[in-house]
Amino acid sequence: MSHAKPNGPSTLEIKNLKRDYTLRSGFKRNVLHAVSDVSFTLEPGRTIALVGESGSGKSTVARIISRLENATGGQVLLDGAPAPTRGRALERYRSKVQMVFQDPFASLNPFHTILHHVERPLRIHHPHLSSKQIKERAYELLERVQLTPASRYADRRPHELSGGQRQRVAIARALAPGATYIVADEPVSMLDVSIRLGVLNLLAELQRSEGLGVLYITHDLATARHFSDEIMVMYRGKIVERGEPDSVILNPQHEYTRTLLEAAADPDRLGQLRAEVRAEGITT
Amino acid sequence: MADNTTPEVPVRTGPTPTSTLATIRIAKNDRKRRPLPRISGKLLTGIIIVVVIALFGILAPFFVQDPRFSGNDALLPPGDGHILGTTKLGYDVFAQLAWGTRGSLFVGVVAGALALLLAILFGVLAGYFGGVVDEILTLLTNIMLVIPGLPLVMVIAAYVQNTEGLGPFARSSFLVAIVLGITGWAGSAVVLRATAKSLRMRDYVAASRVAGERPLRVIFVEILPNLVPLLAAQLIFGVIFAILGEAGLSYLGLGPTGSITLGTMLNDAQTGQAVGSQAWWWFIPPGALIALLGTGLSLINFAIDEIVNPKLRLAPQAARNQRKANREGRSVSENGAIA
Repeated sequence: MSHAKPNGPSTLEIKNLKRDYTLRSGFKRNVLHAVSDVSFTLEPGRTIALVGESGSGKSTVARIISRLENATGGQVLLDGAPAPTRGRALERYRSKVQMVFQDPFASLNPFHTILHHVERPLRIHHPHLSSKQIKERAYELLERVQLTPASRYADRRPHELSGGQRQRVAIARALAPGATYIVADEPVSMLDVSIRLGVLNLLAELQRSEGLGVLYITHDLATARHFSDEIMVMYRGKIVERGEPDSVILNPQHEYTRTLLEAAADPDRLGQLRAEVRAEGITT
Repeated sequence: MADNTTPEVPVRTGPTPTSTLATIRIAKNDRKRRPLPRISGKLLTGIIIVVVIALFGILAPFFVQDPRFSGNDALLPPGDGHILGTTKLGYDVFAQLAWGTRGSLFVGVVAGALALLLAILFGVLAGYFGGVVDEILTLLTNIMLVIPGLPLVMVIAAYVQNTEGLGPFARSSFLVAIVLGITGWAGSAVVLRATAKSLRMRDYVAASRVAGERPLRVIFVEILPNLVPLLAAQLIFGVIFAILGEAGLSYLGLGPTGSITLGTMLNDAQTGQAVGSQAWWWFIPPGALIALLGTGLSLINFAIDEIVNPKLRLAPQAARNQRKANREGRSVSENGAIA
């Protein structure tokens, strides 16, 4: 996979990203390398899937890109300029780069209405709009994420909505500032299997119509294959394999990718796992 | 789908497990969206007590004689003309009680509100920002927490009241309220800091930061509304602390001698040897009123606790069921078997 140069129209480039945590227990100090030397480039209109197990550092990458955490080393470059950490510059950066959180049950404030969640980013990033225009935009956004009619949802509170509906609100909130890049941190892992596809299709459709650059973080290789243009496999803070989805899935090079593939449900191996477990139970 | 074919759950005789019963009850009660939380017996009792006393304190002073009018006969027992008798100086006890209630409530509300404000300032800011800010604010909170409360209040009160140039303000209940307010916030601050620290890690706070909210707006618009039940409980705790603290201070002669409170009434009764002269009508009414007010506010506080933490609601129901089962000889024996 060749890297696009940052002199193109717009890119979000992650360069040699590093994040270490110091663990203290008594006088002992250990350094945990949560992310070490991760590089990739996100472009508008492309989806990159970041696949890995729990604790492999996927979410840390997401939090660093959305400036919730600072990197210990390396850089995040938006159109070639380093991502700011404070002030107006950070506000501008955030109007371009937004995030969808993993758990829609936790990422919406139970105290506020749905409208509040979509209106606030509009108000922050489009200060010149009047209240009426902001409300209109918020309704438009809700309808865009297929919460129709918007008036039915606008004045409700998060606990009155289903998981899928909440995640749509979270997506609308991420779109509100007019973002070009969306970091979606396991956006469907907390949802019922039956509604995952709906949310993913929505994301894919928005990505196409708006030309968004999406970083799709997941541990599900199947959806990664269907919804992305490139797959990166992350293991213990490093990217161990990357490439076209089909080539990664059909011809895995790294040991961990193979393990991940085998863990996925496969109709051809129906009952095989059960047989293995039973056999083990007999021998012990 | 497959559920249709499963046989019905066999009907179990004997008591339904406690948790199930209570959960069903709570689920039923909470199904409808209510603007206000469920009114429990505790809450209702507490509210009635506090409202009655508050109305007494607000309205009664308009209808009684001047509490400093000493033209009455001294030490009259309760009876005609003076519902609660008179003091050694000929003051009408009922009039004093009405004004005293007003004075005590004023001290309680002002001091409670001030303490809550300081607790939010120290606790929530420390919990949200963390790092150096947290260290400094927590240090101050801990210092306030370990200094023994009443002696500190006594020292400050004595010092302030002897400061030159304050005039009548030095003996006013407002000053005492301020002194109680700035000494009574530390406990609440610790609680608020812990909660703010946990709320800070919630995804919705992170999400509002990603949306571009400023820190102060995150604190006051995203975090604080979720702390409202806790803040209400802390406010009530602060009011109780202030009312009792004021009574203690006044009894020791450090209270607002320029105004009348329930505490100064007790102090007058003590210096006037009410106990020695058998004038029970002089000291029992203010004492009982303080106790009643404390009870009412505490009941409201407990009720709020139950609303915040619904598990607490299950405890009385569980105890009732246990007693009932014991009576009927169906209790769970020591080894866990149902007898």
